[in-house]
Amino acid sequence: MQQTCFHCGSDCGKSPIVFDDKNFCCHGCQTVYEIFSTNNLSCYYDLQSAPGAIPQEIEGKYDYLDNLDIIEKLVEFNDGSIQVVNLYIPHMHCSSCIWILENLHQLQPEIKSSQVNFPKKTVRITFKTENFNLKEVVKLLSTIGYAPYISLNDYTEGKKQVDRSLIYKLGVAGFAFGNVMFLSFPEYFEVSEYWLDQYKYLFRGLMFAFSLPVVFYAAQEYFVSAYKGLRSNILNIDVPIALGILVLFIRSTAEVFTDSGTGFFDSLTGLVFFLLLGKFFQQKTYSFLSFERDYKSYFPIAVTKITKKNESVIEENIQIYEVKKGDRLLIRNNELLPVDSILISGKGQIDYSFVTGESEPVDKVSGDKLFAGGKQLFGAIEVEAIKSVEQSYLTQLWSNDVFAKDKEHGFIGIINSISKYFTWAVLSIAVIATSYWLVVDSSLAINVLTSVLIIACPCALALSTPFALGNMLRIFGRQKFYLKNANIIEKLASVDTLIFDKTGTITTNKKSTIAYEGLSLSEDEEALLKNTLRSSNHPLSRALYNFLAEQDIQTLDDFEEVTGKGMHAKKADNSIEVGSAKFVGNDTETDTLATTVHIKTNDIYKGKYIFHNQYREGVKELFQQLKKDFHLIILSGDNHGEKKFLQQLLPQRTDMLFHQKPEDKLNYIKTLQKEGRNVMMVGDGLNDAGALAQSNVGISIAENVNVFSPACDAILEASQFQKIAAFIKAAKKTVSIIKWSITLSFIYNVIGLYFAVTGQLSPIIAAILMPLSSITVLIFVTVLTNLKGEKLFKNSRNEARA
Amino acid sequence: MSVIYVLLAISITVAIVFFVAFILSVKSGQYDDMYTPSVRMLFEDELVKKSTNKNNQEQVITKDKQS
Repeated sequence: MQQTCFHCGSDCGKSPIVFDDKNFCCHGCQTVYEIFSTNNLSCYYDLQSAPGAIPQEIEGKYDYLDNLDIIEKLVEFNDGSIQVVNLYIPHMHCSSCIWILENLHQLQPEIKSSQVNFPKKTVRITFKTENFNLKEVVKLLSTIGYAPYISLNDYTEGKKQVDRSLIYKLGVAGFAFGNVMFLSFPEYFEVSEYWLDQYKYLFRGLMFAFSLPVVFYAAQEYFVSAYKGLRSNILNIDVPIALGILVLFIRSTAEVFTDSGTGFFDSLTGLVFFLLLGKFFQQKTYSFLSFERDYKSYFPIAVTKITKKNESVIEENIQIYEVKKGDRLLIRNNELLPVDSILISGKGQIDYSFVTGESEPVDKVSGDKLFAGGKQLFGAIEVEAIKSVEQSYLTQLWSNDVFAKDKEHGFIGIINSISKYFTWAVLSIAVIATSYWLVVDSSLAINVLTSVLIIACPCALALSTPFALGNMLRIFGRQKFYLKNANIIEKLASVDTLIFDKTGTITTNKKSTIAYEGLSLSEDEEALLKNTLRSSNHPLSRALYNFLAEQDIQTLDDFEEVTGKGMHAKKADNSIEVGSAKFVGNDTETDTLATTVHIKTNDIYKGKYIFHNQYREGVKELFQQLKKDFHLIILSGDNHGEKKFLQQLLPQRTDMLFHQKPEDKLNYIKTLQKEGRNVMMVGDGLNDAGALAQSNVGISIAENVNVFSPACDAILEASQFQKIAAFIKAAKKTVSIIKWSITLSFIYNVIGLYFAVTGQLSPIIAAILMPLSSITVLIFVTVLTNLKGEKLFKNSRNEARA
Repeated sequence: MSVIYVLLAISITVAIVFFVAFILSVKSGQYDDMYTPSVRMLFEDELVKKSTNKNNQEQVITKDKQS
């Protein structure tokens, strides 16, 4: 039976650590359990089983929090003895997490209180600074497995002000709507009743008063947007809306003050309330995700600078923007290089997968040039900076104008493209009807003109899109596909070219599959190989070690590792050499692109292990589904070693380009767009950031949505990768649902126009027709999008299972 | 029927009081986090139980394990 860790729920392997009758996968998890149980916090495990995370190594990692400047910028409040800090905790995921984080004061008396904001995954901690500091807080969180994520973005941006104006406006409109309805109700039925006649001036005056804040505050943005649209010669949907609101208000006011009628204040306030409700519904945001990240949030806040003074070495933490050319920096294991630099000492093993898309780490020796964004994988190194942060190779990408451009600008959605014709149609109907009545009965002409403009106010039309898109956005969210905003769905529905990055996008960045080619190894040789690999820290050795069958642990008689080349070892009579082709003396090797580890035992060349990228589950099926409707392209920063394999895996018409630098990807998409293509880019790393920004829809694939993803339009959790086809289909369906709802609202408009043109529009008809049309359209789109969403994602689930 | 003036005045005053209360509560950030308080309120008695049962750490508290 598989045993899972009591703390984190991961597989314990063959020999779990047993403590307190419970299994643990590692000492880290056991330590956290011990901390909790000795502090009477073991309730943590009752709320949710295995809620924890394996604590990460923290040695030296948070030393930069000693720097007072950095602390000053991170804390929200600081009066010398008490500080308040708001930290983002990616691991937060369940009620146990909330519980433990709000009980931090039981672990550390200096912490006065802590409050969790679960949707944002943040915890606000108030602590005394006496014998305590921010670094200790962060360290405490890390030791219990809740390492906070502190990035340069938090640091430079400062505190964001929450915009709650839409809720205020909604409140105002709702308040006025309710009161006006209640005041106008009597007049719906008995227009000439004695008491009503007595008080109608009061009622009407009150209604007028209630409508004022609605028109001048709540409906403000419709006027602003209409004005902006008109100025740039676009008849957007807000033009007829603003016109409708304005005419409603002016006519109602005129009626009330000339005592010629009760006005349409009920319809007016109702209209604004419904419209704002639509806006509110569409405004679903995933506050724990960020779609605007650039390299700053990927980089650490500070680095260790080494200065040598009179034989003594001083290490100090400096902010990375203070790094100057010529500075000596210490990069620890698993730290990022913040600037382009030259390796001075130590064994460099740099993982550039995030920057260039190359899948294997590169070995570097003293004197080699290193690029910013690479991650050091093996021990600490000392480097000398040759550029500052902004001028580094990677960060320069962000000076491209594509990052300064607002992608929303210039996008005309389906509603706004219709509204042009709609507005003209309404205006011409109004003119024709008015001129007709001018001839027939001029006293009714003004009445007809205003009635047409009132009833044609496209309330239902304007509501259908936000509700359809907003609802689909939520359905996508439940499928772990997080969109930046609802408009992305419309854009998604119009793409015709799909571009995929290779490393990390269609391949997983964790595992690779390994195949052996050559003479078979004897059991002794395999045991020797495994034991040799055990002594090496090279990523390939680690991967191969995990791949080989379990062997008894033996002590080697002799072992030597040659950095960047390979190693040889001896045990009894057997000797083994493991490493690159050159290292084992195999000169016949021609395929230098694939990642291989060669084996030679007792001076006889045996064969090689070939590392293939592990492709995501369902890649083949996904491409098969997509090939009919889309032009598919693979755009990779890696070498073409996998090309043959990919050609087998993917449909024939798939284009493949390799060795693409970040700028190349961006320019390639630009060229496609100039040909009139609508491009969707699916990528993952910083090297795709430019391409994601340039494409019409940029989707970033994330193994863990909380950690990091470059600026994009949508974030898709990697496990849902094979559903991309279903998502596009759902987006297309949504657009057709919107089209149907537009037809429906046109029918209502025609009915309303009949009353308006014939001069029969009474307040009561308006009061019935407007909410009725809005609500039916609303129900129509909500039910249909739910049905479609359910159907599509159920299907894709079954397909994935089959 | 002049009582209607009084009634109207009262009803509108009450409505305005609630409206102001709503605006103030939004302003104070009460609606910024709509999820955590719903979970937090379930913890309250647990803490009390913990402090009284300090020596019985292993005691399993039966309760809803759903999050």
